[in-house]
Amino acid sequence: MIRTEELLLNVGPQHPSTHGVFRIIVKLDGEIITEATPVMGYLHRGTEKLAENLNYTQIIPYTDRMDYVSAMTNNYVLVHAVEKMMGLEVPERAEFLRLIVMELQRVASHLVWWGTYLLDIGALSPFLYAFNDRERILQLFNELCGARLTYNYMRVGGVKWDAPEGWIDKVKDFVRSMYGRLEEYDDLVSGNEIFLSRIKGIGAYDAETAIAYGLSGANLRSTGVKWDLRKNEPYSLYDRFEFDVPVGQNGDCYDRYLVRMAEIRQSLRILEQALEQFPEGGETMGKVPRVIRPPAGEIYVRIESPRGEIGCYIVSKGKAEPYRLKFRRPSFVNLQILPKLLVGESMTNLVTILGGIDIVLGEVDC
Amino acid sequence: MEFDLTKISPEDVQELERNVFIGSIESLKGWVRSNSLWPLTFGLACCAIEMMAAGAPHYDLDRFGVMFRTSPRQADVMIVSGTVTKKMGPLLRRLYDQMPEPKWVIAMGSCATAGGPYVKSYSVIKGVDQIVPVDVYIPGCPPNPAALIYGINKLQEKIRYEARTGKRVTNA
Amino acid sequence: MSEEEKPKSPAEANGPEGAAEASERSAESAVEALSTEAAPASGPAAAPEAAPEAPVRRKETDEEKAARRKAALEAREAAKAAAAQAAAKPAPAAGGDAPAADAPPPPPPSPNQPRLDRAVQLLRERVAEDAVLEASINEPNGHLPTIVVKPERWYACAQLFRTHPELGINYLRNVAGVDHETHMEVVYHLLSMDSGHVYAVKVRTDRERPSVPSVTPIWPTANWNEREIYDLLGIDFPGHPDLRRIMMPDDWVGHPLRKDYAPLDPEV
Repeated sequence: MIRTEELLLNVGPQHPSTHGVFRIIVKLDGEIITEATPVMGYLHRGTEKLAENLNYTQIIPYTDRMDYVSAMTNNYVLVHAVEKMMGLEVPERAEFLRLIVMELQRVASHLVWWGTYLLDIGALSPFLYAFNDRERILQLFNELCGARLTYNYMRVGGVKWDAPEGWIDKVKDFVRSMYGRLEEYDDLVSGNEIFLSRIKGIGAYDAETAIAYGLSGANLRSTGVKWDLRKNEPYSLYDRFEFDVPVGQNGDCYDRYLVRMAEIRQSLRILEQALEQFPEGGETMGKVPRVIRPPAGEIYVRIESPRGEIGCYIVSKGKAEPYRLKFRRPSFVNLQILPKLLVGESMTNLVTILGGIDIVLGEVDC
Repeated sequence: MEFDLTKISPEDVQELERNVFIGSIESLKGWVRSNSLWPLTFGLACCAIEMMAAGAPHYDLDRFGVMFRTSPRQADVMIVSGTVTKKMGPLLRRLYDQMPEPKWVIAMGSCATAGGPYVKSYSVIKGVDQIVPVDVYIPGCPPNPAALIYGINKLQEKIRYEARTGKRVTNA
Repeated sequence: MSEEEKPKSPAEANGPEGAAEASERSAESAVEALSTEAAPASGPAAAPEAAPEAPVRRKETDEEKAARRKAALEAREAAKAAAAQAAAKPAPAAGGDAPAADAPPPPPPSPNQPRLDRAVQLLRERVAEDAVLEASINEPNGHLPTIVVKPERWYACAQLFRTHPELGINYLRNVAGVDHETHMEVVYHLLSMDSGHVYAVKVRTDRERPSVPSVTPIWPTANWNEREIYDLLGIDFPGHPDLRRIMMPDDWVGHPLRKDYAPLDPEV
């Protein structure tokens, strides 16, 4: 047996495969990781503290910048919390628009993940495919609210902009063509032998571990736990639509990959139904008091973001600003399992496992 | 062989004027450098996603000779794309120091320019120009990829101008 | 059902008054009503008169009208609206098992009341008689059963929550630290994935020397969450395997999320 020297290796914060400014210090025995210590906080911007001095409408842009790959769901969790606190009704058209943009966002977010994940493990061209298709979603968002990445679209009680003329048809076109693109993706990657040998059986954990570590989203579902907040604790209009919750079996990177790919299809399915049922006219803003001042109390709401359960905990003292605002960020919670997964793996699997968790550093560090 | 300038025919003069450029070696260097700007893959925050989008097919930065390098040793432009926190500041400076000369810095987005929406935060550096010298500032939160391309074009202009005239665009 | 009706009777007594007050106020002016509509709900703690220091206040007749309509509507539908408002009341008289459902005349008993009572009963029996300080239903938050636990008993309570078959909390959703200026509070949102039951547990601790036992050995999720709270609020978690700063640099001074935090370094 070859005796190797123990080696400390620092990965990040500037590393192309850490998806931002994440740093991990690994202890290596030859090629095998014996210990991994994640270090974060390089993007900690103090959102929660800033929010204590802002009113609720002013906080919405900050939620955009938290998980910047899926800004719409972040918008939603905040406005949803405030609406629930104040007992506000949201007009149906606004709720439909919200749902549509959230599902589009889920597709866009998974596309970013798909592209960059494959980039991490060595396939360059999927990135080009994914970003090209994502660009079409961004165009749709741009038309709707004038921004490509940080939308600031939702408001307490509704949405800021109504859909422009013909927008719904454009989304329909996109959904129709996206199915074909997904098949192309599958042909390109999903059965690729090299790809499979990189991710099959890597970073596996069972359902019990996943629940104990509080994982959510595809990370949890890949172990076979059928848990999707859109189904289990429905919010918005999700109880009106038919869709499945794709689950995996083995809880490895490959299952996470399959679950996410299947989720894109389910999102498209929801979109199809929502676009069919989209109400003809109606308001996009409900009756909202001029100054949004939730009654004193506290609330915790949670929705299913592309990365898992994003929660918003608000403590209000009856003022226009929250007394305390805390986000439960799925990336932050999901990432906790990383040191456990890495031990005993070879160094080459580090990016495979890290990418499979699908983190956004803006959300990890908040 | 003797080369007699008086014996060149008018046709040859025309030919020469079309094909021979005379300039300083400096402006040649400036021209070359400006057309092969290799930025460091250095994503900090939201702007990094737009930077990626700029590198993706729709905007395609490659056509300007802009290719992302993953190591600071191979890069000559640092695009600071996002919020620089106090924890990140020293590391950013270190990466800048690791880049070989000549090097340039683009501050992409309002956070890198002046703190942006996080200007009141306890943990954010209000502008990356407090750590490294910045050549081009791009406003926006985040800037559109087209804005990033415009910023890169401005930097190319700057490099050529400085090489041609020997003057500095800014005093910094 | 009759067993839950009983403890509610003192609350019922002041219920109608609250509702009447609500409708009275909403009849005044739109602005006033809006700024004070929370008043009967929030109880004596929140002084509504001190509220109008809102940031931007431009009068727009349309919106004002809308607001007045809303206020009138609320007054009419007092049964529905006031119920939601009243639930925000943080159970002031809750000397123990008195639930907070401070509802007006047709008192809608919370569907989760039996679950809350059962949980409290279990905690009292299995852990200690004095383990539970308060228990209430957070009605706007989907009738969330909320229990306030004594810090010394929290670890044992958490173990019971995790292991007891009736509770079976296997998923720790969220841990949030709150600086209440008078005391510190750590809020745990618990979920049982098998039954779908949710609970919120609060642990209050002293502000000067805040300390809450760590539940990382029970739910590994708590690990980084507790580190974050330690970092940003300075709450100590004895029993945590690796309590270090997580967001701020190691040499950072102070805990930024505290209300009285003043940055030490000159602004850069």
